[in-house]
Amino acid sequence: MTKRVMLIEDEPNIIEAIGFILSREGLTVDTHSDGTTANDKLRANRPDVLILDVMLPGKSGYDILRELRDDAATADLPVLMLTARGQSRDRETAERAGVSAFMTKPFSNAEMLDQVRRLLASAPRV
Amino acid sequence: MARDTLTGSRIRERRIILGMKQAELARRAEISASYLNLIEHNRRRIGGKLLLDLAEILGVEPSVLTEGAEAALIASLREAALHASEAGAEMDRLDEFAGRFPGWARLLAGSRARVETLERSVAALSDRLAHDPHLADALHEMLSTVTSIRSTASILAEPGEIDPEWRRRFHRNIYEDSARLAETSRSIASYLEAEDKAAAESGTPQEEVDKLLEGMDYHVAAIDAGHPPESVAGRIGAQLSLAGRGLLVRVLTRYAADAAAMPLAQVLGAVARTGTDPLALAQRFGTDPARAMRRLASLPPDAPCGQVGLAICDASGVFLFRKPLPDFPIPRFGADCPLWPLFAALSRPMSVLSRVLLSAGRQSGSVTAIAFAQPSGPPQINREPVFEAHMMIAQGQWRSGDEPEEVGVTCRICPRAACPARREPSLLGEPGGV
Repeated sequence: MTKRVMLIEDEPNIIEAIGFILSREGLTVDTHSDGTTANDKLRANRPDVLILDVMLPGKSGYDILRELRDDAATADLPVLMLTARGQSRDRETAERAGVSAFMTKPFSNAEMLDQVRRLLASAPRV
Repeated sequence: MARDTLTGSRIRERRIILGMKQAELARRAEISASYLNLIEHNRRRIGGKLLLDLAEILGVEPSVLTEGAEAALIASLREAALHASEAGAEMDRLDEFAGRFPGWARLLAGSRARVETLERSVAALSDRLAHDPHLADALHEMLSTVTSIRSTASILAEPGEIDPEWRRRFHRNIYEDSARLAETSRSIASYLEAEDKAAAESGTPQEEVDKLLEGMDYHVAAIDAGHPPESVAGRIGAQLSLAGRGLLVRVLTRYAADAAAMPLAQVLGAVARTGTDPLALAQRFGTDPARAMRRLASLPPDAPCGQVGLAICDASGVFLFRKPLPDFPIPRFGADCPLWPLFAALSRPMSVLSRVLLSAGRQSGSVTAIAFAQPSGPPQINREPVFEAHMMIAQGQWRSGDEPEEVGVTCRICPRAACPARREPSLLGEPGGV
């Protein structure tokens, strides 16, 4: 069965580029740009891996992640977090919130693909 | 042990470095081995010809044996070693290293000092990034755009064909992103230039904020309209220095709390009936007189009650806010008149003081000053409260029976004779100078 990745990011051109790369890998890619409704979308349509930006309109990626981890339905969802801030305290915040992997912008396509493949391999079957 | 008493230790170190036996050095210096042993353990002082002989045999300048390396250099090397303890630098041989290789030692100490300077710069810049929301947003935007360009360009640069429609879209995206990147870079550059310019042109953050508020007639309509203080500060204070913007956020946060407790429309309605009486207003809104004074001072210039002035100072008398009136200037710096009720209020906290003031030597009418001091924060257990004082100034004399008091602005330009509060003689030739 085709694996599904959800990308929550508010930058349309990043969505297009990442969406293209992942689709080319044979993955189904859902995208979403609004922080406030992200958790509803995820609960309604759970992906195999979530790629989550930190700075989103309405709600931060950290808050979305914390809510995911508090919800039994999504507590084990592999999450790759993207941030423009690579300081150690940002990484710590993400780790405390329960991130599975963390990447600092700008990243290469190959790095991003490696991380997604790794997370897909570790993803629980649903 | 003092450095000049270590001559014996340096002789021993140098001898060991050369692989020379104690007996051989003693023989060549024509002294007994036991005497050399006492010297090497710093139990005999050494000087004169014997020092010169030993230095010659050991192949060093005599001063290297008597003075060792420069103390500051040794201290720098010690610090460098402590900062990189994992390197396992031989701390017990610092003297020897600095003495034998002074050039390398200076290079190492210099590099350490440079690393320290750079670390401080990085910390300062990181701090700035973390606390300057405008810069952080602009850099975030820039990094997101770069990410998009990098990702898209990588796709286009890969071998193999991609669908012409995708190719067109990616070309368009790169074009759009590059334009955005150029715009963001320009905005960051002009922001940083403005930052330097603002910092250079205005003295203190307080002066920057004073000037900004003066330019707005002390009325910030966006806050009264309910916009958050941080975003308003970011917009109206974009040209201020970092510290100035921080101070502006504080001022506007207080403004917003005042506006929430005393909404503008209701205050305008109330002052149309009560005028600029802060006590009547405080009672009407169930708040303290200080807040009522601040609210009166922030009304739009066309408010029916007319303009009031306001001075707020902390317990040390330093101004935190100043809104002068044409008939009642408030000095920019803290050399103001000690006779103002603003300062008397600090010694009588929670009492409302009212005075009719006449400005000494000025052909202006009297003003009414209402002063009130209260703690600047909530009570804390076993902590003395920190007070701040407010003084509102309104045109005219509110009560006809009050005797006006003559006060000045600052001693240097005040002609008042025999003033008990005079600090320094007046430039106007006041006869009763200090």
